[in-house]
Amino acid sequence: MILETRGIGKRFGSVLALRDVSMGVRAGEVTCVLGDNGAGKSTLIKILAGVHQHDAGTLLVDGREVRLTGPRDALDRGIATVYQDLAMIPLMSVWRNFFLGSEPRKGLAFDVARARRVAREELKAMGIDIRDVDQPVGTLSGGERQSVAIARAVHFGARVLILDEPTSALGVKQAGVVLRYIARARDRGLGVVFITHNPHHAYPVGDRFLLLNRGAGMGEYGKADITPQELTSLMSGGAELEELAHELRRE
Amino acid sequence: MTIAADERVARVGLARRLLIRPELGAVVGLVVVFSFFAAQSPVFRSPSGIANWLDPAATLGIMAVAVALLMIGGEFDLSAGVLTGTSGLILVTLATRFGFNVWLAMLAGLVVALGVGLANGLIVTRTRLPSFIVTLGTFLMLQGVNLGVTKAITGTVQVSGLRTASGFEGASALLAGTVEVGGTSFRVAILWWILVTAVATWVLMRSKAGNWIFAVGGDEQAARAVGVPAARTKIALFMTTAFAAWLVGSILALRYTSVQANIGIGQEFIYIIAAVIGGCLLTGGYGSAIGAAIGAVIFGMADKGIVFLGWDADWFKFFLGAMLLLATLANRLVRRYAEEVRH
Repeated sequence: MILETRGIGKRFGSVLALRDVSMGVRAGEVTCVLGDNGAGKSTLIKILAGVHQHDAGTLLVDGREVRLTGPRDALDRGIATVYQDLAMIPLMSVWRNFFLGSEPRKGLAFDVARARRVAREELKAMGIDIRDVDQPVGTLSGGERQSVAIARAVHFGARVLILDEPTSALGVKQAGVVLRYIARARDRGLGVVFITHNPHHAYPVGDRFLLLNRGAGMGEYGKADITPQELTSLMSGGAELEELAHELRRE
Repeated sequence: MTIAADERVARVGLARRLLIRPELGAVVGLVVVFSFFAAQSPVFRSPSGIANWLDPAATLGIMAVAVALLMIGGEFDLSAGVLTGTSGLILVTLATRFGFNVWLAMLAGLVVALGVGLANGLIVTRTRLPSFIVTLGTFLMLQGVNLGVTKAITGTVQVSGLRTASGFEGASALLAGTVEVGGTSFRVAILWWILVTAVATWVLMRSKAGNWIFAVGGDEQAARAVGVPAARTKIALFMTTAFAAWLVGSILALRYTSVQANIGIGQEFIYIIAAVIGGCLLTGGYGSAIGAAIGAVIFGMADKGIVFLGWDADWFKFFLGAMLLLATLANRLVRRYAEEVRH
């Protein structure tokens, strides 16, 4: 396991945002974290990303217990997080965004030629088909932007990639594109934590599934242990859904 | 280029590459304005005429380029115009009333100017107040200080007599002299302006700092998230503008050897207008240093061209407003074209 939690928990004042969650990510595997709104998904990723510190349980990186001091610490350990809002500047070109904050240098200058070339190569290696790295990021579609952010994290040495709802704002086709890049990152040997509330996106690409409900882990399942139907019903609280169906039935 | 071009990029020809440059609107404006005046006034297109309209373009241009960088970084500086006056007043007052050597007096002016820039930057980045308000405050305060201190020291609203100060000859030759090109004398300020524009363009397009400037103006939060030192970048931009104000203030003080206490008031908007004509967005994150320099040339041409044609100088303001409107409209069209999603 590159990254593992054992009975991890976090409270904010009197609110138990997360309790007793155990999960793990292996290199070359995708662990999906599924849960409805308010299930504790964002608290969990913020702990994994170093934004919050856990106050119960243990967090292990490469099998050793750690306490992340901040996002920079997480990054230095190879844990990169791609948030929904992506941290990209719409008016700037793809290559400028790709290297923003970590510009390659040539003497005093920003090595523009290398930045262009590397951005293009890295995108290509991920199978991302950007027509022109000079085009502003604002002209890319949502899926393309996600893909660029993923490629950027991979290039800057990520071993674990945490993706916060990368497909939630996307149409069916675009979501498919992003799922393909998730698979591509996995094939390059990265461990991927894929947060989503959509079991249809999670099941095809996931190797393990962690279900969260109301801040608590509802168990981690291997792909062999669970069917898509079970996943869906567990996730939405199958009983609740049946009840809803009953309620909505025509009289 | 060894990189295999995508077949969809091939269709994006040279025309489009040029069209999406922010300074395109300014270049078109430059050609139109030059043709307009040159067609009617032989003096305007003569070498001495060119030297004549390049001079106001140069002093304005130095400021416009610095202000453009600041605007690309997402901030305004309304105190920049008055700060040219403050720098000049410090130079002349110290050299003529307190016996400072001109070079030393200039250094004192530089320290004060950079201090004002630093203060502007610190207040804006610490308080997160809009720079429009913060620098409006500095603008008014400096305006008061310029007049109050000058009156208290001299009893009048101007200081003069720089010519007799020690070190004047050298400083004047460096900043306020002229250079002969083909029998026509051009102000040396033009060289300073070209140098400032070249350095600013290099910083914007080819340095790490340039990437950060575009980023903090485009989306400060996002820039911070990837590790860009946003506050430091902005403070440096305010100090760059202050440095430019000091340079221009010193150039003008050495040229006229006297400074009016109310100089520079109203200029701050002219700098912003030149930067906007040059393709800067008021919202930040987009623009060009060369564009701002071209904006300043358009300005210089109109300023002098109207006089060459024998028109009333009052028409200059009308022209200015019309230019600004046309330029912003043209820039918006260009930007839309550049940004339209290409699938």
